[in-house]
This record gives sequence, C-alpha cells and structure tokens, in this order.
Amino acid sequence: MNAEDNCMAETYIVRSAAIAARKLGGEMMIMSAVDSTFFTLNEVATVIWQAADGRTPLSEIIERRVCAEFDVEPEVARQDAEQFVTELSQHRILLVSDSPIPEPKLGTAEAQ
Amino acid sequence: MFRGMRMDVMTQQGQSGYADQLAVEIGGKPILLRTQDAAFRDLLKKRYAGFVHPSGRSGFTFDVDVIRPERLVSEAEELEVWQDDGIWHLARGDFRAHWDPRVGRGRILQALSPYAIDSVLRIVHTLIQAPEGGFLLHGASAIRNGRAFLFSGISGAGKTTISRLAPPDSTLLTDEISYVRRDGEGYGACGTPFAGELARLGENEAAPIERLFFLAKGSENRIAPIKTPDALRMLLRNILFFADDSELVKMVFQSACEFLARVPAFRLTFYPDERVWDLIQ
Repeated sequence: MNAEDNCMAETYIVRSAAIAARKLGGEMMIMSAVDSTFFTLNEVATVIWQAADGRTPLSEIIERRVCAEFDVEPEVARQDAEQFVTELSQHRILLVSDSPIPEPKLGTAEAQ
Repeated sequence: MFRGMRMDVMTQQGQSGYADQLAVEIGGKPILLRTQDAAFRDLLKKRYAGFVHPSGRSGFTFDVDVIRPERLVSEAEELEVWQDDGIWHLARGDFRAHWDPRVGRGRILQALSPYAIDSVLRIVHTLIQAPEGGFLLHGASAIRNGRAFLFSGISGAGKTTISRLAPPDSTLLTDEISYVRRDGEGYGACGTPFAGELARLGENEAAPIERLFFLAKGSENRIAPIKTPDALRMLLRNILFFADDSELVKMVFQSACEFLARVPAFRLTFYPDERVWDLIQ
C-alpha cells in the first residue's frame, strides 16, 4: 500500500439484512427483498460478498482474498471490486461506509 | 392513505350468522366460505365444481359479504396486499378482505363477481404456501404415468397450446396456475380451478413433480438443460407473488431455490402439434 492509499479513507462493506441469498449450482444468487432485484455473482464477486462483514476494509478483502486467490492485477481487482460494490450498494444489497459497520442479522433465506 | 382505512362496512355487516357455507379445497387446503347470499353460493358451486365440499373440515374460514347493488368496495385501483399486526389485508376495486393466519379466519367484502373471490383465493393460497415452501406458479401442469410435469412461461409461451395438445392418457391439472406443494423431500403438483384460455377447470388430483419446463414455441421439439441461475430467474418471474413484504420475498426466494435443488428444470421448445408429448413421459 503506498502513501496515497494511506491518505484515503477505508471502505467497509456489509451485506444487507433485506436480501435473500443462496449458492446454487456453484453460483451465488442474491435477491433484494426490497425491490426483488436479482443478481448472480461470479466467483470473484462471491468472495467479496462472503467477506463483506462490515469489519474488514475493502482494500484488505481485495488484497488477502481476491488477489491471493485469483490471478488478477491489484489495480484491476480494485477497480472491479469498486464497481461491484457501487452497483450492489445502489440496490441496497451491500451497505457501504468509511467506518466499520455492525453486521446486521441475516434473514432465514441466507443460506450458502 | 388507503392502508389506514378501517373495514367498517364489513364489521357492520358481519355480525349476523352466515346461512350458507361450503369449502373450496385446493392443494389439500380447504377454505370454508360462509355467506348469506344464495346467488354467491351458487356461483361458488358452479365455478369451483370438483373442488367444492358442502362444509367439512377446514383450517381456514372466510365470512363473505356480497355488496348489492354492485359498486366498488375499495379505493385501490391496483391490487394491494399488505400485512399489519400479523393480519393480511387485500384490496382491489371489487373486493376488500382481511385474514388472520394465526387463527385462520378472515372476512371478505366483494361484489357478486367470480373474479373477486378467485383473486382472494389465489392470494390466500400464496400466503398459506409461502411458509410451507410451496408456491403458485404461472404455468400449466399435467400428470402422466403418475408423475406431474409443469409448463411455465410468460403469456404466449404456449401454456394453453400444450394443455390443449395433452394426450388422453394425461390428466390436466391446470392450464393457467399450477399449485406446487412441498411434500417431504420432494414436491407435488395439485390441480387448481384457476383456468386460463381453455376455460376448463383442472382435475382435482395431485402427483409428485418430475420436471419443470419453461416453454418456448419453435420449429421443432427439443428439450435443453437450463443453467440454474437462469432457471431461478425464470422461476421467480413466474411465481405468483402479490405482497410487498420483505420476509415473504425471502421465503419465496428460498422456496424457489429449494425447488430447483430437487426438481430438474429444462427449456422445452415445441412445435405446436401433439408430437411434443412424446418427449413428456
């Protein structure tokens, strides 16, 4: 991590409680319980999703999970992750903050 | 605005006894309908023939008040279904209803219209089935060789066509709304009186579900596998779902996932003649 990164605020992400999620046929499927929007996550997105505990900074998830487990350049991983987080947060499926977030209690449909 | 309205008309009219009662049993769930209106009772007998019992056992009871002369009984232009303090409320221009699932009792205020009671029954069955892992599906279904097959799809996909082509050795459960019930580790399909373009009631029978087909018309008959995410997306699109309720959304999602984990789904492209049923055995 360089000096510029250190100056930037961290991003924390946590899964919303208002979702239903299920890993089926090797793919993570998520539906918003608010607007019934449906998402299918690829492998990398699933890793980020599963690591979104509200306590681990996104940068750490990218470094320790995405870059460690997939053959991807850190900068590419960061851009992809930010795009993914932005998209899901727009649907309130992921909650985003610049400080740690208490993990909400997940509904009964959260099964993996 | 509407949701805050009290059902004053219903509470005033619902004080006296209900002379006529009969149970409409769909999916093994009899719903007792009690009414003072003989014409409405006759309508029920005719519309739900094969699914009607004079009274008998029932876990669910509705008192039905029929409004005469006919007029709108709700300000809701579109169907509204919501829950308030554990009680479900249903409203559309031609009916208002509430139902307390904890005690299995409810009340309906409606015009003398088969569409009103039909809608209430569909909605109530979706609410009954949701916590039990079942659902109502926009699709035809039939039994052949002791096993049930579901044919789902959007309007025009071929539900009526494939129902019309069903061979004599099959039993048509519905050409419009399939009833999917969780039966132990598997799923069963039950007949429904909810008819589509065929205008023919389904048979009041049930069988274990063998396969789910998503229909498409084409130049040949072909069955192709579907990726699970695509099947889930299509299934969710065709499950009847009325309530704006996040817990119910979660239940339906979970039910759809469980269903696809146990029942194989395929795309059935078919040319509209009877040979398509050679593939459905």
